[in-house]
Amino acid sequence: METKQIVYPGDRVDVDDLKPRNGMYENNSEYFSEYFGVVQKSEKFIDIAPFNSPYLPRANDKIIGKIMDIGATMWTVDINSPYYSLLHMNDTPWHVSSGDLGRYLNIGDYIYAKISVSNEIKESWLTLRDNGLKKLEVGRIISVKPPKVPRVIGKGGNMINLIKNETDTRVIVGQNGFIWIDGDVDNVNNAITAIKIVEKEAHIIGLTDRMSEYLKKLKGEN
Amino acid sequence: MESNIKLITDDGLRLDGRALNEMRPIKIQTGVVEKADGSAYIEWGANKIIAAVYVREAYPKHAQNIDRAIVKARYNMSGYSVEERKRPGPDRRTMEISKVVTEALESTIVLEKLPRAEVDVFIQVLEADAGTRIASLTTASVAVADAGVPMRDMVVGCTAGKAGGKIVLDLSKDEDNFGEADIPMAILPRTKKIVLLQLDGNVSQEEFDEATSMMMNAIPRISEIQRNALMSKYNVEEGE
Repeated sequence: METKQIVYPGDRVDVDDLKPRNGMYENNSEYFSEYFGVVQKSEKFIDIAPFNSPYLPRANDKIIGKIMDIGATMWTVDINSPYYSLLHMNDTPWHVSSGDLGRYLNIGDYIYAKISVSNEIKESWLTLRDNGLKKLEVGRIISVKPPKVPRVIGKGGNMINLIKNETDTRVIVGQNGFIWIDGDVDNVNNAITAIKIVEKEAHIIGLTDRMSEYLKKLKGEN
Repeated sequence: MESNIKLITDDGLRLDGRALNEMRPIKIQTGVVEKADGSAYIEWGANKIIAAVYVREAYPKHAQNIDRAIVKARYNMSGYSVEERKRPGPDRRTMEISKVVTEALESTIVLEKLPRAEVDVFIQVLEADAGTRIASLTTASVAVADAGVPMRDMVVGCTAGKAGGKIVLDLSKDEDNFGEADIPMAILPRTKKIVLLQLDGNVSQEEFDEATSMMMNAIPRISEIQRNALMSKYNVEEGE
């Protein structure tokens, strides 16, 4: 079995001919890891994929956010990140008049939105004007660690589709680690357990197969 | 006060049976605070300390640094962590420790990667038995790495001192109280840069050199314990 190289902050990373990209710093033309994580090599690049890290807003990410505050023209949104994001009333599909934002989205409401702009000081603005973006009316929200999101989705979405199909739920995964699940109570609970297992065992090979077996077994019991 | 306590026994051992360059046992565990971004718990001899790390936008807004993060470590002692009840709340000593721990962590965290943010490190001492500032820093560094905050290196701390006329590693409570000197030191293990160095008491130049070289020898061992602690959260699952 191929094991990935694990690095700690300050460990030297063998770059070879690859181009160092994320999670490293240079010192005397040598590269050192900034994170506790694994080394990931692609054809051209080398990255450090941290086991855990805060979500940092990136343009075009589709995320799930929670309304934290209402201003005269903007909502402040918690996006599971150290930084809050803003949603301007003109970036919604509704005709909102200034000072009347609470009628559309109230504090505590969740939205599925896209980050339209983010800048170098990590300020970001959201938009609800795109396909599939909306206010999340029913369902439950859970959170996973942001670096585990790609594993929860799986290659081409196969992991999340498996969970959706086998538990008979509707699921939306935000790039920021918030996940929305809707369906029957038992089904939702099963989906949550499944997602939590994926998060915990994200780095183990053959997870999709074991997940499939696990979900079939769950289904058999009901 | 003239003390007549014998800190080194006749067979060259210390009161708790350790050799001069022997450390107390250290145990570190990560992920102990569920809601924190990162956390760690350390048992260093009889010291018991929890550190929890939170990353967020700095508040109030005028305190934000537009181009980098600020670090706020807060060292706090529980009332019954020491023999005689400590009056709760910050005092001269805890403020000093918070300051030196903050500065040590600042030197390793890549502050530019988290503009406007604040890295909060809460350190709670549950039980104190000499060397808490260094144990706090050692565990805080593990908690920061666990939170996935970018850092150039881990911070590893150690103490040495002079007790009973001899240079000893990792002072115990009695050696700290009745010994001649106490030297806490913290370094970044890769570059060997010193990020914390204090001296309480009197030592000669030769004794100081001996103490620092003793600590330099001990630091790789502590560093190894830190790494194992970070890894242990993932090891269990890998064994399957």
